[in-house]
Amino acid sequence: METFVQTLVSGILIGGLYAIIGIGMTLIMGVLNIINLAHGQILMLSMYITWVLWTYFGIDPYIAIFITIPIVFFIAEGISKFLLHPLMGKDSILPENQVLMTVGIGMVLVELARVIFSSDYKSVQTSYTNKSWYLGTISFNTPLTIAFIISIIMTVGLFLFLTKTDTGRSVRATAQDKSAAALMGISTGKITVLTYGLGSALDAAAGSLLLPIYYLYPDVGPLFTVKAFVITILGGLGSTVGAIFGGLILGLAETFGATYISMGYRDAIGLIIFLLVLVFFPGGLKRFTKV
Amino acid sequence: MKKYLLLEKREWIILGGAALAPWIFGFSPYFQGLLILVLMWVVLGNSWNLLAGYTGQVSFGHAAFFGIGAYAAAIPYHHFKISPWWGLLTGGLAAVILGYFLGKLVFRLRGPYFALGTLASGEILRLLFGEEEWLTNGHNGILYMTTFISKIPYYYLILFIAMGSLVAVKVIMKSKLGFYFLSIREDQEAAEALGIDTTKYKNIALAISSFFAGLAGAFYMIYMGFVDPEVVFALHNISILTILVGIIGGVGTIWGPAVGALIMVFIQELFRSSFFGVGPQWVSQLHSLVFGALVVVMILYLAGGVVGDWDIIRKKFGKKRVEGQG
Repeated sequence: METFVQTLVSGILIGGLYAIIGIGMTLIMGVLNIINLAHGQILMLSMYITWVLWTYFGIDPYIAIFITIPIVFFIAEGISKFLLHPLMGKDSILPENQVLMTVGIGMVLVELARVIFSSDYKSVQTSYTNKSWYLGTISFNTPLTIAFIISIIMTVGLFLFLTKTDTGRSVRATAQDKSAAALMGISTGKITVLTYGLGSALDAAAGSLLLPIYYLYPDVGPLFTVKAFVITILGGLGSTVGAIFGGLILGLAETFGATYISMGYRDAIGLIIFLLVLVFFPGGLKRFTKV
Repeated sequence: MKKYLLLEKREWIILGGAALAPWIFGFSPYFQGLLILVLMWVVLGNSWNLLAGYTGQVSFGHAAFFGIGAYAAAIPYHHFKISPWWGLLTGGLAAVILGYFLGKLVFRLRGPYFALGTLASGEILRLLFGEEEWLTNGHNGILYMTTFISKIPYYYLILFIAMGSLVAVKVIMKSKLGFYFLSIREDQEAAEALGIDTTKYKNIALAISSFFAGLAGAFYMIYMGFVDPEVVFALHNISILTILVGIIGGVGTIWGPAVGALIMVFIQELFRSSFFGVGPQWVSQLHSLVFGALVVVMILYLAGGVVGDWDIIRKKFGKKRVEGQG
């Protein structure tokens, strides 16, 4: 029983972090209508920025969030404006051209990291890296708990942005129906570019939060890309609330799988659930939610 | 153009050139190795192109078929000491069987969902083959002493397979089957309305495609003498690279994957060897980066690939020449 509760707790904590990765991806998916296969690579970029800030400037990863978010936001704006947006209206044999473009971008980012930082594993040893706090006999990993709380704050902030501000409403309108949104006077082109930046900014936050608990190497990017789209499909494409649950489900599935099945299959379990959901519940959790 | 046994004259010349290539460049094993690599990518690229470029089912998981082909050659050797050369028979077959079951699953999906479904299948297989050590020897991989020291036999073997795949795609695309494939790519609903059993023809495309990918995998095992799930089921180094070879060369063209494979191997090798030893050492780290950047530029400006947009390329360079003269 104790193992069970412990697994549940770890699963939910990591799930919170997965949720903001998933929300970022689902926002992009909803508005740009593409699968962003560079999502994990952008997370990796943010992790490297955080690592540099910690190693060379001694800036704590949690404070680094305030630096990584704007940097990654502007990089992503550039990617979206100059690389993805021009492909929008273009005719090509394969409709997946933009997706393939994100693959190319992801590849460039990984290789750039490899050239600059080499393939070595890196990690950040802060004073709280291995700390835990206890509730009865259940232990809570401290950095994971902080990450979980910040994720919740960010998610709430995003929801306020999406539901209360004009720009946020425009984002949602563009996701629902692009041409109708354009007719209502929304500059959908600008919103599209903005959304890619926004989704990547969430990703950047997740990267900074992840660094104290994870190790870092260039190929961490593709790993998280896979996780991100698993979450997004679980939650139903374009559904933000769905992505939260998708993140939690993936977190739980991974930790339970690692505890009760086998450590080696940790990453496979998410994928298997993903395939099953894709085939048998194509809408994901979207059918239960509205936002 | 007049045809001689399925191929045009021009294509026979290319084949002849390819057959002589290892001799022209004076037996350098290094150079022969590169040529073998190119031809292996030609097979993989062709295989992907038939499914994605012609039938419109963009697979992100071709490593699944490549890997299963390699393991079909390696596993009998590991357990029963059966020569991996039998893999040339079993590799393609194993991939077709896998394709049949995967097709049942992923052909329910369309567009981006299909892409993700295939991607996930490939990744699941990679993890599975890494974990099930009793069958596959896990991450230690399976080692086999290659039969020939010289690279020449391997070169002609893979040349034969590559030409086989090229001719197969060419013949298929000229036949009724090919038109069914194209109709599915262009508009699946319309194809269905015309009475084409789209699921059936998608499965046929997948079967042919996976056969060649599996064959390439079996060849890889015979030639390299080593398999490891991280290598043969690699998401990036096999699945994605296969797609990029197709895109660079030209999606939905006969010679596209061949040209793409040539460009990919050439650029990667050019940088990996620091411009063949002339440039400074650090250049060698750039090989994948340059290729990735090339892909980004290609999608942006030449979405049809080198072969598909050949007219545009020629026009651009032609104009420049005129300006230079003036």
